[in-house]
Amino acid sequence: MTPTWVQLAYLACAVCFILALKGLSGPRTARAGNLLGAAAAVVACAIPFVHLDLDHVPLILGAIAVGTGVGVLGARRVRMTQMPQMVALFNGVGGGAAALVALLELAHMISVADRLGVDPYNWFVYAATAFTIVVGAVSFSGSAVTFAKLQELMSARPVVFPGLPIAFAVALLAAVALSVLTVTAPALWVGIVLAVLGLAIGVLLVLPVGGADVPIVISLLNAFTGLTVAAGGYVLGSTVLLVAGTLVGAAGTFLTLLMARAMGRSVAHILFGALRGGSTLGAGEASDRPVRSAGPDDVAILLGYASRVIIVPGYGLAVAQAQHTLRELVDVLGARGVGVDYAIHPVAGRMPGHMNVLLAEAQVPYEQLKEMDDINGEFVHTDVVLVVGANDVVNPAARTSPDAPIYGMPILDADHARQIVFMKRSMRPGFAGIENELLFDPKTTLLFGDAKDTLGKLLSAVKAL
Amino acid sequence: MSEPVVWLTIFVLSVFVGIEVISKVSSTLHTPLMSGANAIHGIILLGAIVVTGGADHWFAITIGLIAIVLAAINMVGGFVVTDRMLQMFSTPQRPAARPDGGTERR
Repeated sequence: MTPTWVQLAYLACAVCFILALKGLSGPRTARAGNLLGAAAAVVACAIPFVHLDLDHVPLILGAIAVGTGVGVLGARRVRMTQMPQMVALFNGVGGGAAALVALLELAHMISVADRLGVDPYNWFVYAATAFTIVVGAVSFSGSAVTFAKLQELMSARPVVFPGLPIAFAVALLAAVALSVLTVTAPALWVGIVLAVLGLAIGVLLVLPVGGADVPIVISLLNAFTGLTVAAGGYVLGSTVLLVAGTLVGAAGTFLTLLMARAMGRSVAHILFGALRGGSTLGAGEASDRPVRSAGPDDVAILLGYASRVIIVPGYGLAVAQAQHTLRELVDVLGARGVGVDYAIHPVAGRMPGHMNVLLAEAQVPYEQLKEMDDINGEFVHTDVVLVVGANDVVNPAARTSPDAPIYGMPILDADHARQIVFMKRSMRPGFAGIENELLFDPKTTLLFGDAKDTLGKLLSAVKAL
Repeated sequence: MSEPVVWLTIFVLSVFVGIEVISKVSSTLHTPLMSGANAIHGIILLGAIVVTGGADHWFAITIGLIAIVLAAINMVGGFVVTDRMLQMFSTPQRPAARPDGGTERR
């Protein structure tokens, strides 16, 4: 029996996790919440060393040191633009760890049952073990695929092949059948096959998801890992794992729904949309239709003598590391008396809220960041909209063309402004791979070039006015 | 109450708490929240430690150690990266702030 003080300590840790999540959902308390969660996690992991008679302690401590080193190094090195894939990676290894733990526990349970001659475990424990193995493996391989897509190790576009839905259904049914077998006739080989099936399901689940939908899937897999950890907590008889895992599972699912709603799609559509209408995907090619382009000097005059300017920043801005230059430009325009705001689409960047992080990195004042619903009415009174490295979030196809993959996504109404300036590297379409009609609008001017370089030229041109 | 029902009760109540505590999050914080929640499920490290500490076959120990490394990456990396993100939100929000503030950590 676990001593009472240990149980109470775990209860305290569970409460800290609740408070940590609560803190993370408010801007003022977020950092404290995160640190509280970290402290609770460290305390919870230290407790077994105190009250259990653990073997192999030096090896365990060594493994923790290795994992900590890798984790800290990765977390410190990663660029803010690569944050989504980093979260995917951390999430995937967590799911993998949970699956391995469940496999070990299954082997342990089988050996105990062998030794005693009777099985002391009820069927529910075996069911939870099977669940942990499968879903942990799904999370691991699914996250690996999302990582590969975001890191551009493979195409970010949906990958669909004939028979994919059938393969997915077969793998799913086989996993259910073997889970039942785990309950009725527990054996280690069943667990291992379940893990392999889980890996296959994860890959098949994420392959058809493309473009801007990938981050939503990361959030979903995050919730999966949470539930996996919760089930693992039940298997190991650990309340703190159960509570922490369930919290993340529930909060993660809810967050996934929030993000999906911000993009105007359902989670089912995100996961399986590509399977239904494979031909609606964009061409992903550059167009040769005529556009109007201008140099930095012309655009500087446009901006410098405007009274109201709205900036629509996108992922391309952050990739070019041009946030600082942009902030300087906004400061200079502000000093000239031009009213400037940033319009932040909920999914600007690669993940909901990502653009806020990227602009905060460049110390853009928080008050200048306007959320979509607050600023959409103001585009009508705006002289110039400057779109930097964004594309899909201002694409009117989301409103007008039901065939487009982004149809139904709420967009920034940049097309309502008097003038639109697009800063682009090339005529290549955005993440969703579809052409943007706004580029060919008579009100639109294109300013070609690398975002950082061009913004620098624009900045000196405005200063010279 | 039978034992599985006690666990089920904890589970169901935790679901409601999990939804309730984040229900008012603004979209600004979606990314750090996702990352912070991600770090919290790194608590599977606790399970990995317990299982490995009780293993007696070299193969089981090896698998357990791998699980510990993976779980530690999830937990520690998750909390550190979340803190790095939130640090940027909490720096003084003045336009005249240090111009090199964003580059020093790169």
